Amino acid sequence: MLPGLTREEILRYSRHLLIPEVGLEGQRKLKGSSALVIGTGGLGSPVALYLAAAGVGRIGLVDYDVVDSSNLQRQVIHGTNGIGKLKVESARDRMLDLNPDIEVEVYNEPFTSENAMRIAKDYDVIIDGTDNFPTRYLTNDVSVFLGKPNIYGSIFRFDGQVSVFYAKEGPCYRCLFPEPPPPGLVPSCAEGGVLGVLPGTIGTLQATEALKVLLGIGDPLIGKLLLYNALDMSFDFVKLKKNPKCRVCGPNADIKELIDYEEFCGVPGHDHEEGSAGTGWDITASELYERVKTNHLKLLDVREPHELEISKLPNAVNIPLGQLAGRLAELDSAEDMVVFCKGGTRSARALELLVSAGFKKVKNLKGGINAWAKDVDMNLPVY
Amino acid sequence: MNHIKLLFFATIRDRAGTKSLEMEIPADMTIQGLKDKLSTDYPNLKDSMKSVLITINREYAFDEAVVPSNAEIALFPPVSGG
Repeated sequence: MLPGLTREEILRYSRHLLIPEVGLEGQRKLKGSSALVIGTGGLGSPVALYLAAAGVGRIGLVDYDVVDSSNLQRQVIHGTNGIGKLKVESARDRMLDLNPDIEVEVYNEPFTSENAMRIAKDYDVIIDGTDNFPTRYLTNDVSVFLGKPNIYGSIFRFDGQVSVFYAKEGPCYRCLFPEPPPPGLVPSCAEGGVLGVLPGTIGTLQATEALKVLLGIGDPLIGKLLLYNALDMSFDFVKLKKNPKCRVCGPNADIKELIDYEEFCGVPGHDHEEGSAGTGWDITASELYERVKTNHLKLLDVREPHELEISKLPNAVNIPLGQLAGRLAELDSAEDMVVFCKGGTRSARALELLVSAGFKKVKNLKGGINAWAKDVDMNLPVY
Repeated sequence: MNHIKLLFFATIRDRAGTKSLEMEIPADMTIQGLKDKLSTDYPNLKDSMKSVLITINREYAFDEAVVPSNAEIALFPPVSGG
């Protein structure tokens, strides 16, 4: 039995009720339906706002982060007042302000193999607004195992991808990408940046697909991948096929339960900086400050040239990570060296490359130049 | 030999340093063969070939698919941001 609408709700949803494809019955369907939004960041912001506004009766939010001022360039569900607040609570407050007639359930925890099935099982659709590969593979596998549609969206700089992965009727994420990319090959938004409006475009497309699936109208992107580029303003559609060799949804699937996704992808299940090269390979900003006072040290900056306009360390040599392998001859492997980037992730990768090329006296600046700006030189900006 | 056009997207475009390329390939070359050729001819693309979505004339292509003449081949990397 679909829930009824109150007099106030009929007025609130008037513009929906006027569309024959939605109408009173469709609006009652939305009220009786539920959606789980994984991540309340760039993608999760428009998804959660529009699903709340549309009157989806029960919306779940999963995130464990707090609002940071560097989020607000794109994460429009949060506000300046919310800096430091839990993201799920900041998002819930905004959604309930937009629509007090819905229910918002918050999960202030990382989405992991331990809790994912329990959290996701009571929702009709799952919306992937995560920011890293391990959680994307996890979200996919949970959706396949629970037989639920996974409304997928993903972004990088100016490019976005949208699809509906529903293994009962079409391919899943693993059919397209059976193997994750080698660690470090694909930069995250925290490392590579993103045009703030891009998740707005992609997230509203995800919200549209979620509403279509819940209402059972139109042609959702099942078996189709939408590829968007903001610079070209191009929308390309690619026809997808179920992969007969898919390890979770193929006829000979051998993955029957959730696995360790961080191990599978070789990267952590979050997009935080504070990159570390591992025990013994790191140096903190304060330690580096003491070392440079007394010793000669080579400083190697592996950021992109345009980042040097924001902040730089005196006497550092700049070789962007992407060029490092081809420019090793410019460096002396016998010299004491400290490698750094913005947050320590790219420099940790550079350090691996240097060590495998025979450099022994290298260290990674933990937390990058941002740690230096926080702990040593307050005149430098953090970005 | 078959004439084909390659289109690069997102991070692969950055690594290739171009949006598109045209090339001649043997008539019986598969997608896997094309990946191997790109890895050899463009070392910068080698790592990207390990996880890439490739389409032939806008349809997803598995590694065993043979590349037809005058095909438009598009290469899309996975992206993870959100």
